[in-house]
Amino acid sequence: MVEGARPVTGASPAPDAAGLGRARATGFLVPSMVLILLFLVVPAVWTIYLGLTNYRLTGLAAANPQIVGLDNYTRALGDERFRTSLVLTLQFVLGSAVIGQAGLGFAIAFALRDRSGPLRRVVEAFVLLSWILPSSVVAFLWIALLDRDAGTLNALLGIPGTAWLLDHPMLSIIIFNTWRGTAFSMMLYAAALENVPRSHLETARLAGASTWQQLRDVVFPRIRGHVLTNLLLISLWTFNDFAPFLITAGGPEQRSEILPVYVYKVALSGGELGFGAAISFIMLLINLVIALVYLRMLGRRKEKA
Amino acid sequence: MSAITMRELTKVYPNGVRALDALDLEIADGEFFALLGPSGCGKTTLLRTIAGLEVASGGNVHIGGRNVTNLPPGKRDVAMVFQDYALFPHMTVQDNIAYPLRIKKMDRRSRGEKAAETADELGLTALLQRRPGQLSGGQQQRVALARAMACHPQVFLLDEPLSNLDARLRLEARTFLKRLQRELGVTTVFVTHDQAEALALADRIAVMEGGRIRQVGTPTEVFRRPANTFVAGFIGSTPMNLVDAEVHDGELAVAGTRLPVPDEARDRVSAGEKLVYGVRPEYLDYSPEPAPGALSGQVVVVENLGSFSLVSLDMPSGDAPATPGTSLQVVVPEGREPEPGDTGWVVPRPGRSLLYRDGELVSTAAPPAVPAARTGADAER
Repeated sequence: MVEGARPVTGASPAPDAAGLGRARATGFLVPSMVLILLFLVVPAVWTIYLGLTNYRLTGLAAANPQIVGLDNYTRALGDERFRTSLVLTLQFVLGSAVIGQAGLGFAIAFALRDRSGPLRRVVEAFVLLSWILPSSVVAFLWIALLDRDAGTLNALLGIPGTAWLLDHPMLSIIIFNTWRGTAFSMMLYAAALENVPRSHLETARLAGASTWQQLRDVVFPRIRGHVLTNLLLISLWTFNDFAPFLITAGGPEQRSEILPVYVYKVALSGGELGFGAAISFIMLLINLVIALVYLRMLGRRKEKA
Repeated sequence: MSAITMRELTKVYPNGVRALDALDLEIADGEFFALLGPSGCGKTTLLRTIAGLEVASGGNVHIGGRNVTNLPPGKRDVAMVFQDYALFPHMTVQDNIAYPLRIKKMDRRSRGEKAAETADELGLTALLQRRPGQLSGGQQQRVALARAMACHPQVFLLDEPLSNLDARLRLEARTFLKRLQRELGVTTVFVTHDQAEALALADRIAVMEGGRIRQVGTPTEVFRRPANTFVAGFIGSTPMNLVDAEVHDGELAVAGTRLPVPDEARDRVSAGEKLVYGVRPEYLDYSPEPAPGALSGQVVVVENLGSFSLVSLDMPSGDAPATPGTSLQVVVPEGREPEPGDTGWVVPRPGRSLLYRDGELVSTAAPPAVPAARTGADAER
């Protein structure tokens, strides 16, 4: 507050910067809190509750669900299909998010860092295009590309009849998700690389450092925070991504059945809402662990710096 | 031997800007050499081309007799200190200094010792375990210098070495740099836009404009005898007075007065020729009384600069009274300053006036040749 100026309200001089006072500040917060409570917290709590019941989509248990305690959880952890699905999900996250999106995104950003003009604009436009298209459209495009009988890829390679989606379902969805999500990482890294002073890279070059040494000694220490934030976000997004269902539907023989697809099948196709809710909650816990690990690494970095 | 020789060096940027234009330059072994010029004159591009950070579009660069034109920066055996020092913030001072040695695969212990030894020479021993963020500007500069020194390059390149320091520290660092360069005896090229810095530090200066070198010479040469009006206006804390003149009866008509033609130009001017008469404000004597051979004018501004004042006089244009008067600046010692509005007379000191024809110095002397290296050995050709 400007020196000499008096608070507008005489009653309670507000200690906050905007001079609102506690009551009015709360007034501003309430609408959003209500929305968050209604659409985020209540469903989450409801899911936890459902996970403890034998609630079903149809039948007796739909009308009159019973509390079954931790049965759903013990069943899930003992379920071979769940464990396979978990492993597939981790493969999917590691392959398409950490290696695919982050790796490729960084590579493109680094390759384009000093370039301007048409080449950069064209690459950025293409990468962004894959990011802004709706999942359903992208999924259709990939089916059209990889289809066994009339697929574009087979036509290009001259090997009709290769069933990519059946022979390599995981690889297909990993490449699909890499293609789809690289734009975010690329843009984030492009912005981060702007923060690396040219003179630092040039000092390393003058010392005779190779590209790899420049990355190790100059670039990564500078953008470590960006890398961790990026990995955190894309890991969580990929972990919860349902779009692969549109391409392989989890098949063949559940070989690409990642957790979101598994939950969908169990809860909606199979009708076991209680069991599905339990698995959802396990996914939430795994997400939480992933987030905590990244945040720990981020925090440790800040302490050191 | 680590002389630097450039032949027809040209750099054209992709956007068509010609930053270096067929430039020839020789820098002798052990020399402290300044590249001076206004921004955009190509001085930094020249330094970066020597470093290999820019690839020459034409011509060649030799360092120590070796053609390095197409070598990458890491293989040229040069070290560069950047304007922002470019210290790695995540490494300690010791690791920063040892970095080039680490890249050269020296083992951890020897490079630690080498870094400590170099730091000792620059008085940085107490700071070895600190990080750059905890150092003052002057200390950071020393660390950057230590990092450049640690691997004993043939050539040091300094980009605006003093511009990131505050005024007081700058003087200190200037003296320090000059002493260090003298002790190490390593060929050093630095870029600056500050003529005072170039005059103070360098053994020789190249004054650049628009991608070309306008004059190469010792500080005394470029200060006393600027080869052209560009250098005359650029060098000196107060630019040289440049006044239109015309030759009449073996004398110069300057602002309503007749002055003798400088000796060196006497045989090289013809009657009626229009020239530019140049004299530094420091080489003019002010007098409140009329004096023979003096230019007269009205005092308009008096700027106090400590031990002396800079006085600006408006002079009538002699032959064409309708044109606005020319202005002349003169240095007046303390205690003798006139008041604005006074009429004053200024007398050029003998032997300190220069004549320019079409912007180039009219003189008998050939442009100064490349001097021998300071160590006494000849510059490598």
